[in-house]
Amino acid sequence: MTAKKNTIDRRSFLKVSALTGGGMIIGFNFFSACKPEVELPKEIDVSTLNFKDFNGFIKIADNGMVTIFAPNPEIGQGVKTSMPMIIAEELDVAWKNVHVVQGGLDTDIFERQVAGGSQSIRHGWDPLRQTGATARQMLINAAAAKWGIDAAECTVEEGVISNSKGDKLGYGEVAVEAAAMDVPKDVHLKEPKDYKIIGQDIQNVDIDEIITGKPLFGLDYKREGMLYASVLRPPAFGQKLKDFDDAVARSKEGVVDIIKFGNKLAVLANSTWEAMRAKKALNAIWEEDTKLESSEDHDKILLDLLNGKKFKTLRSDGNIKKAFANADQVLERTYESPFLPHNCLEPMNFFAHVTDEKVELAGPIQTPKGTAERIAKKLNRDFKDISLEMTRMGGGFGRRLYGDFALEAAEISNIAKKPVLVIFSREDDMADGIYRPAIKYRISAAIKDQKVVGYHLKEAAINGNMYGLIPNFFPAGAIDNYQVDVANYKSNITTGAWRAPYTNFLAFAEQSFFDELAETMGVDKIQLRLDLLQKVKGTTDVRIQYSAERMESVINEVVKRSNWGKTKEGVYQGFSVYYCHNSHVAEVADVEMENGIPVVKKVTCAIDCGIVVNPLGAMNQVEGGVIDGIGHAMYGDFNFTNGVPQSVNFDTYRLIRMKETPIVESYFIENDIAPTGLGEPTLPPAGPALANAIKAATGIRLTKQPFIENKEIFG
Amino acid sequence: MAKYNLTVNNTPYTVEVSPDTPLLWVLRDHLNLLGTKFGCGIGQCGACTIHLDGTPTKSCLLTVSLAEGKSITTIEGLSEDGSHPVQEAWKEIDVPQCGYCQAGQIMTASAFLIKNPNPSREEIREAMHENICRCASYNRIEIAVEKAAKKLS
Repeated sequence: MTAKKNTIDRRSFLKVSALTGGGMIIGFNFFSACKPEVELPKEIDVSTLNFKDFNGFIKIADNGMVTIFAPNPEIGQGVKTSMPMIIAEELDVAWKNVHVVQGGLDTDIFERQVAGGSQSIRHGWDPLRQTGATARQMLINAAAAKWGIDAAECTVEEGVISNSKGDKLGYGEVAVEAAAMDVPKDVHLKEPKDYKIIGQDIQNVDIDEIITGKPLFGLDYKREGMLYASVLRPPAFGQKLKDFDDAVARSKEGVVDIIKFGNKLAVLANSTWEAMRAKKALNAIWEEDTKLESSEDHDKILLDLLNGKKFKTLRSDGNIKKAFANADQVLERTYESPFLPHNCLEPMNFFAHVTDEKVELAGPIQTPKGTAERIAKKLNRDFKDISLEMTRMGGGFGRRLYGDFALEAAEISNIAKKPVLVIFSREDDMADGIYRPAIKYRISAAIKDQKVVGYHLKEAAINGNMYGLIPNFFPAGAIDNYQVDVANYKSNITTGAWRAPYTNFLAFAEQSFFDELAETMGVDKIQLRLDLLQKVKGTTDVRIQYSAERMESVINEVVKRSNWGKTKEGVYQGFSVYYCHNSHVAEVADVEMENGIPVVKKVTCAIDCGIVVNPLGAMNQVEGGVIDGIGHAMYGDFNFTNGVPQSVNFDTYRLIRMKETPIVESYFIENDIAPTGLGEPTLPPAGPALANAIKAATGIRLTKQPFIENKEIFG
Repeated sequence: MAKYNLTVNNTPYTVEVSPDTPLLWVLRDHLNLLGTKFGCGIGQCGACTIHLDGTPTKSCLLTVSLAEGKSITTIEGLSEDGSHPVQEAWKEIDVPQCGYCQAGQIMTASAFLIKNPNPSREEIREAMHENICRCASYNRIEIAVEKAAKKLS
């Protein structure tokens, strides 16, 4: 064990009390930024836990069983399992004696109670360990006091405290006394080599409920007297409601009411089917409010931006102008991507019950706090009137960061004064999205004396540009003359975060470009990247986000694991390496030709995300991220004509399916570095690895997504 | 509105709904059997898969009148306690990410394995092709179906 410098004021985020009926309860906040100045009552009843004061609780029962109330929204990324694992590790209890319950019924004061940006584990790592370790120390102190010895003479293993005389006390036997002890000033955190739970394969804590079909999700939410609401929204971005006739819809069976709110009409009915059916009978007249945009317009606008001068420079090193002017050779390529809908398999939905006394909300949301705040503002209600219950989420991918659907439910219930469940059909979900914006990149490189001396990345995007940190990703620092310029066009089509925002396509552009750059220079593709990384080692540029050493190690690992360059005849490989969400990932795609068409068979993935908390769950994230990346690069296509989305269901919008999926092999770099993101970083490098493999197999270089649109390759 | 007599998971039910109501919504809204999921409503994603006289069927496209007199099995009726070999395999492999599609996946797999108890990997991939997993847990689904086949044989 090691004494860790205590950067967190533990007493401010952790309070302990006795539990009515025996045992102890520890109230804490998963994230150190949260410092409520509240006390727990001397004795509390577990049924009255106040999630307004603390977002997490550990209950140690008198039989030694541990219940961890975990606050973070679960969208399939596994935090409901992995975050409690971290507490249990430092608490030193057997995982089989741990029961995990989704906490946080009232979520309004939580800091970073957000699923997004692959940040849950990264932010939770220190506070979660401190919490578990503090509880352990208090239990030890209580046992030591009972025995009349110094706490240092005690040892713990799996919830049992021992002393040198061989006496033993279970956590449950000292929990009541421990609850009365002072919170210790210093605690010892385990060395990674001593971990017993972290690093083990732990099954999803909700596995039994999922495989038996228990109601877990937002759409499964029911309340006595609840009405189902199906909302008619403007069919085109840029339209507003001019007039409507709801007479026919009102006459449909099961319809209770039809409500106009803003530019929308909500049908309230006794069942989902009746609500959806009656919506189709609404007769609405729409008028143009702002310009109705088409994908052809966007293509032209974005290309004009790339060709123009309206750029903002996000990073500039050296002098690219001079580097390009003096170059022996210049390579320039343009890469294009469409909008993408998220298509969470559970369509957007939310429950709201607004009364004069309170506003009850429930459903799947990645941002409970922000959404509750928006609703309070919209309904002009006191924030303390609002409660929000988080359900499991049938996927998120960024879509559930935006609470538009929750706001709709609250508005409708506020007018109807009834409990309401808003349900999007798939068509609603796809047509009323907050999409990954269409983006185009142009990359140029200047080559002089067989060296890359200049690199110029230009981005033209719809609505917003890449985050400020991204220009400091690879190859920043590796090339003397380097510049990142961005320009954007404001569209009325709503856009937002989509799994690995910006990098989900930028990685394709960049890593395709580096392959082509190596081809142009006549050098080894992987060696080119490795050579560039040497310059970044020992950099004093604090803006640089990635580690050359860690990037090098994932490259070497994937080369070894994928049998790079040594595969059997007929297997064509493509490589990519990328850093984002604080993790480094390298991938190799294996492609074979079947009936003249390239088919991806396997993707080998090497990841450095620091300590892997739960390898079983982590590998699931890797497999999903890689296949998601392959699927959207291959098939994801979403276009608008006069503001109207051209695909609104899975008959015309293609998602990857079983027969198209490669086998994914994942290899984690073993180290003792604090964990970093994993929900997103394996996605961006998948598309370019595949494109580079397709180039090897067919000789054709892809620069545009989706790949399937390339007739030369796919017919 | 009309009355329909349904047999779901060996239990008789009478429901009064419009004749065009898809079985999916009868199960979810009227019978409170929420394990069967809504994903697309047009029979493209497989989240709503149930067994109709043992055949995997997309309940979003099956109107209630066509389900009368047939034996309907949902995820809740596949086993009482999650002990069906396909469910056990799903658990051992730790298949789910978000979990939303998994009931449909399990229903497709369990019906398929009755028809083909000893499938090849290719046959498994073919059989599971109609079920979308947006989290892309496809590798694990493939392995879990193979494992379930071994348990059943």
